[in-house]
Amino acid sequence: MNCKCGCENYKDEKLENILQKYNQDKGNLIQILNEVQVQYGYIPKYVQKRISEYLDMPMAEVYGVITFYARFTLKPKGRYNIAVCLGTACFVKGSEKILDKVKEKLGIDVGETTEDGKFSIEATRCIGACGLAPVFTINDEVYGKATPEMVDKILDKYINE
Amino acid sequence: MKSLEEIRKIREEKRKELDLRVNLNANTREKHILVCHGTGCTSSKSPKIIENFRNILSEKNIENVRVIQTGCFGLCAKGPIVIIRPEDTFYAMVRPEDCEEIINTHIVEGKIVERLLCKDIDNSVVQRLDELTFYKKQKRIALQNCGIIDPENIDEYIAFDGYKALEKVLFEMSQDDVINEITESGLRGRGGAGFSTGKKWFFTKIAEGKQKYVVCNADEGDPGAFMDRSILEGDPHSIIEAMMIAGYAVGANKGYIYVRAEYPIAVHRFQTAIDQAKEYGILGENIFGTEFSFDLEIRLGAGAFVCGEETALLESIEGRSGRPRLKPPFPANSGLWGKPTLINNVETYANITKIILNGAKWYNSIGTENSKGTKVFALGGNVVNVGLVEVPMGTTLREIVYDIGGGIPEGRKFKAAQTGGPSGGCIPEEHLDTPIDYESLMQIGSMMGSGGLIVMDDSKCMVNLAKFYLGFTVDESCGKCNPCRIGTKRMLEILERITEGEGETGNIEKLETLAETIKKASVCGLGQTAPNPVLSTIKYFRDEYVAHIEDKKCVTNECKALAKMEINSEKCKRCGLCAKNCPVGAITGDRENGYVIDTEKCIKCGLCASKCHFGAI
Repeated sequence: MNCKCGCENYKDEKLENILQKYNQDKGNLIQILNEVQVQYGYIPKYVQKRISEYLDMPMAEVYGVITFYARFTLKPKGRYNIAVCLGTACFVKGSEKILDKVKEKLGIDVGETTEDGKFSIEATRCIGACGLAPVFTINDEVYGKATPEMVDKILDKYINE
Repeated sequence: MKSLEEIRKIREEKRKELDLRVNLNANTREKHILVCHGTGCTSSKSPKIIENFRNILSEKNIENVRVIQTGCFGLCAKGPIVIIRPEDTFYAMVRPEDCEEIINTHIVEGKIVERLLCKDIDNSVVQRLDELTFYKKQKRIALQNCGIIDPENIDEYIAFDGYKALEKVLFEMSQDDVINEITESGLRGRGGAGFSTGKKWFFTKIAEGKQKYVVCNADEGDPGAFMDRSILEGDPHSIIEAMMIAGYAVGANKGYIYVRAEYPIAVHRFQTAIDQAKEYGILGENIFGTEFSFDLEIRLGAGAFVCGEETALLESIEGRSGRPRLKPPFPANSGLWGKPTLINNVETYANITKIILNGAKWYNSIGTENSKGTKVFALGGNVVNVGLVEVPMGTTLREIVYDIGGGIPEGRKFKAAQTGGPSGGCIPEEHLDTPIDYESLMQIGSMMGSGGLIVMDDSKCMVNLAKFYLGFTVDESCGKCNPCRIGTKRMLEILERITEGEGETGNIEKLETLAETIKKASVCGLGQTAPNPVLSTIKYFRDEYVAHIEDKKCVTNECKALAKMEINSEKCKRCGLCAKNCPVGAITGDRENGYVIDTEKCIKCGLCASKCHFGAI
């Protein structure tokens, strides 16, 4: 079956497997979106359409929920997602400087992805490692007690990879 | 499925086996190596430490030594932490490559590895956990099991009186008995507002309706707070047990816990705990052979601060955007799917089993007249001992910052402490002796909040801080009501202008008027408290606002637009490092005549100041 908006893969197996775990109760929307976000890295349009059909609710409502919650994104993140913690404990210890350095180094802003799809930057609220403030993460790897110089060195490693 | 007798037997046998965890003189040949596996220590490689210990032990065929992953010990600044019991030796900042030495020296030769011991505030070397000043003024009730048991092992929880309170409630107490006990204990909501927990339970119990729900609010949104996360990571069963007791008391058979998806370890531990409790027949139908049944499910949040507000949380559990409902009706009468619902926060639940087992009298003997028990704080920012602390209510801020927290690092001076996160306020030095309880904190323009406590030194600009918090609330405002959606945005714009050097006379008064309107007219707690960080900084640091607006000056130089870059010729050693690093070539001079900054060219990036070894810029 093809989607009228022209996108492909209207139904894919991965998505159907996620949907199967939940009954068609509207209350399951956030649970489903959480799984999609984890497995796809973002929530593609055709997936939104399929979910709206499955839960029998307008696509606008699905879109509304996606854009309400910070965890859900509409664009794919980079292969390396760099998340700088901007929680209060990190802020007090100078996380703004860390974020500025990352932005400068990659030439993109928060919420953007580099053209080659390699890096994206995210500003997060408290990842809970306040003892190590300021903190940033590259995918699942946590870097604590960060300094702009450290960002320089670490990012170079990834850039030249 | 385990029968009640079997569970009692596990409790008795396992308790003997685990005596060495709490008893220095335990009669045993075993040793337990406890490694913190909370989020903080995990981030600095504690899983690798556990793996190394286990590998080395099996390589060397050493018996009678077990490696246990535990919840947070609290002193996150010194992590990763390793404790060896029964002797209670405390090793700080352990690296994976230190494991071999610990095994060889401590376990095999029976000698202490001196270099890994922790230094106390006064620089003395400390061997045992309880010798540290950090722990001396603390009293652990909510965190009782954190750092002692393996959170992924239900038997260890049962060993330390786990599910005993549930047993007592089901067999010896009526619903009213339980509610009376909680009411008499004086326990108040730890989520921030401080409403009487017993009353909340009572209102839900008397609400009409067959189907009722119990909800645990674990959407810890205050950036810089991690109390609830640590409890879920370190002692998940205590929350399950408390929710079941609440379910019994109010007449609910179904519970939900709403956890932030940003807490993967906590979610995993809690799900493991639910699965184990179900396997043992503790969660399910006809618990311990009684009429009482209870089921529990996790619901993940998706990154929205407003969902910490109870009605927004309910909306989110129901699968919608988390926009608060109008109150009344309160959740006790009309909550999840319109049914009577009890909502408490994690830390509130963490006190329940202890109150049931030790009695309301014991609990209300701790604390102040109107605030009973203890409070857990996530101590962070410019303080030596960053970590998790639990103190009796009535402890002063000074004791927390200086005695427990070890004071301000790098020889700087205390400027303010911030409690209550984006809903709270800044507390200046003159109020450091305020005892911590709900009313006293309100009186000085802050609030208890959920427990974030951020300390700031004199290098922090208070206007910039107010801007930071307001930026947060503007981001997180759900947009439902105008005062919050539009008002906070306007306040933020004013603050931005002030920090950019474009402030005008009258801005402070405008901020105050806007703040009052937003407080009075917003629908939910988020909006009603959003202006607090601004109001409290104006109250205590008005001079700083005036200096920004009238003199275009930021004393701390944090506001870049107002900063003036200057080289202090007395401190300058003429090394030239600043000139070398300046990206725009604004620093000129030589080793003989010294260096100057051309303020026309300078872009105030601050690189020179961060490079200077002598603090001359």
